[in-house]
Amino acid sequence: MSSGFGPKGTRRSLLAGLGVAAVGLTFSGSLAGCSPSADPADGAAAAGGEEAKLNFYNWDTYIGETTLDDFKAASGVEVNMSLFANNDELFAKLRAGNPGYDVIVPSNEFVARMIEAGMLQAIDRTKIPNFSNIDPVFQDADFDPGRLYSMPYTWLALGIGYRKSKVKGVPDSWKHLFDSAEYSGRIALLGESADLVRLCARYLGNSVRNIPADLLPRIEQMLIAQKAHVKAFHDDNGQDMLLNGEVDLVLEYNGDIAQAMKDDPDIDFVIPKEGSLLNADCLCIPVGAPHPENAHKFINYILDAKAGAAISNTILYPTPNAAAKALMPEEYRSSPVVFPPPETLATCEYGAFEGAEVSQTFEDLITRVRAS
Amino acid sequence: MTLGAPLFWLVVFFFAPLAIVWAYSFGENDGLVRISLTGTFQNYVRALEPLYLEIFAKSALIAGLTTLLCLVLGFPFAVAVTFAPRRLKVWLLLLVMLPFWTNLLIRTYALIAVLREEGVVNGGLEFLWSAGSALSQSLGFGPLDEFKPLSLLYNNTAVVIGLVYIHLPFMVLPLYAALDRLDRSLLEASLDLGAGHARTWLFIIVPLAAPGILSGSLLTFIPALGSYLTPDLLGGPDSQMIANIIERQFKRANNWPFGAALSFILMYATFIAIALQALASGRRSKETP
Repeated sequence: MSSGFGPKGTRRSLLAGLGVAAVGLTFSGSLAGCSPSADPADGAAAAGGEEAKLNFYNWDTYIGETTLDDFKAASGVEVNMSLFANNDELFAKLRAGNPGYDVIVPSNEFVARMIEAGMLQAIDRTKIPNFSNIDPVFQDADFDPGRLYSMPYTWLALGIGYRKSKVKGVPDSWKHLFDSAEYSGRIALLGESADLVRLCARYLGNSVRNIPADLLPRIEQMLIAQKAHVKAFHDDNGQDMLLNGEVDLVLEYNGDIAQAMKDDPDIDFVIPKEGSLLNADCLCIPVGAPHPENAHKFINYILDAKAGAAISNTILYPTPNAAAKALMPEEYRSSPVVFPPPETLATCEYGAFEGAEVSQTFEDLITRVRAS
Repeated sequence: MTLGAPLFWLVVFFFAPLAIVWAYSFGENDGLVRISLTGTFQNYVRALEPLYLEIFAKSALIAGLTTLLCLVLGFPFAVAVTFAPRRLKVWLLLLVMLPFWTNLLIRTYALIAVLREEGVVNGGLEFLWSAGSALSQSLGFGPLDEFKPLSLLYNNTAVVIGLVYIHLPFMVLPLYAALDRLDRSLLEASLDLGAGHARTWLFIIVPLAAPGILSGSLLTFIPALGSYLTPDLLGGPDSQMIANIIERQFKRANNWPFGAALSFILMYATFIAIALQALASGRRSKETP
């Protein structure tokens, strides 16, 4: 191709040009692939004072249908929302400096991690009067003692989403996902290394915290053996794989499966009897946020009872907001998927950030599993 | 002066960022967000562990297979385009170029819709299957067994299918550029002098197209080697390629120095491939002045 320019061939040089354009296009394509989410906020760089704008960095399917418009109507502030797929993406985006986000939604462990790294601003509680709506259980948290940096948004539990007609009984053990050939080729696991390792530890009778080092080889062996029966490691889109019949069992969050159950009554969710991992997603303001005033206003708005109920209505995740929950219909409040019964919750634990080395160990373990 | 703008562009947007990543590859994590450049070679030592070498080898294998399939599929097509009438030629080339005008992500998702268990291919097969079942029933043989959809997605085959689909134009266009310059009288001479079509293909067309084959293979192999999106979206539990590992080191593992070292090993491999190609084409131009 480098020698493709003939002396007379005008058409050929046009084609060579097209080829070059094509190469350029694919390059931009693969770049887009690296971060499929929309660009942070194009106007963010120009933000000087407190213009009526806010850059919100959120998970997909994680806000009410009209919440952003309602907030604009109430406050005049226009919210520009972009999406991330997992905490690691969020962390990687903010690690080299805040590219212009005002409000972010990290999970408990990453709240701890970001506090440790000095990436979060303290929240001025006097500007969040709606904090009183929060259930007292969630008004304090061990990952953020005194709730100085984070406001509770939702909490969630990992479990097994499954297609009732294709599964015998209720698959109420992690065995079906981690240690059994019964549903060979019909399983998708969440691709989060730390979550996988912890749930395997839980299945083997340990806590999800402080997993003893000598247990890790056993977990690795178990997952390597199980890999032959696993169809895919998914990127938190397990509910879609379940919905379109690609698999019959997925490791997913309760809220995602609750959303899928609305579309397909043949789908159900169970927290295995060995217990599971809980997460809490929080609203935080990163250091360097261009619109901190608006950020406080926005967080306060989300913690409002009505606004919170409107969000819960769409996303179907358990809400820590007692006032919002009271406004929700009975089917949400009494759903065992959204709010697992207390005796089930008693078997569940929150994970904890145990340092970079432990994270790296989990990551390497899963890399070996997938490479084997 | 005329060189100024492109040079500035190259330095600011290519060399400077790459130099930073290169520097990271000799660094160590210092806390959660800081990287201290200690000049350590530890990241490279680790990148050369068997685990990662195997993943490099697997990526090279998948990229090589992709290149081979692109060549096998692309060569006859490029020949057909070369010998097609003028008007048709433009349309055929347009057919190759058309997918480029669609975003890679969208094309990949479209492929998912085609390959998945309730997708287009399995839907078509199921239709044929039920038709066959009805036929066998009407002939008195009873219905066929229940249709079992093929698992076309989430495995290594799906990754190769996706990569071939994406990279085919990279192969076809250079091949066409080489074949279009081919002196037709040589083919006529070969056929006149008694060589069959197979011999003419093998000993006349293929050697004359060699520069096109070489640059097409390189243009296919290099992006395929570093492909990230395709194995991520179409692959199964063991379809991780080196770019997926690099991504996970930068994001999930939060280990930028190691991710940088892996990236640069990939880059060195690419440079070596390009250098070899330059060497080969340099030698050829000396042979035929």
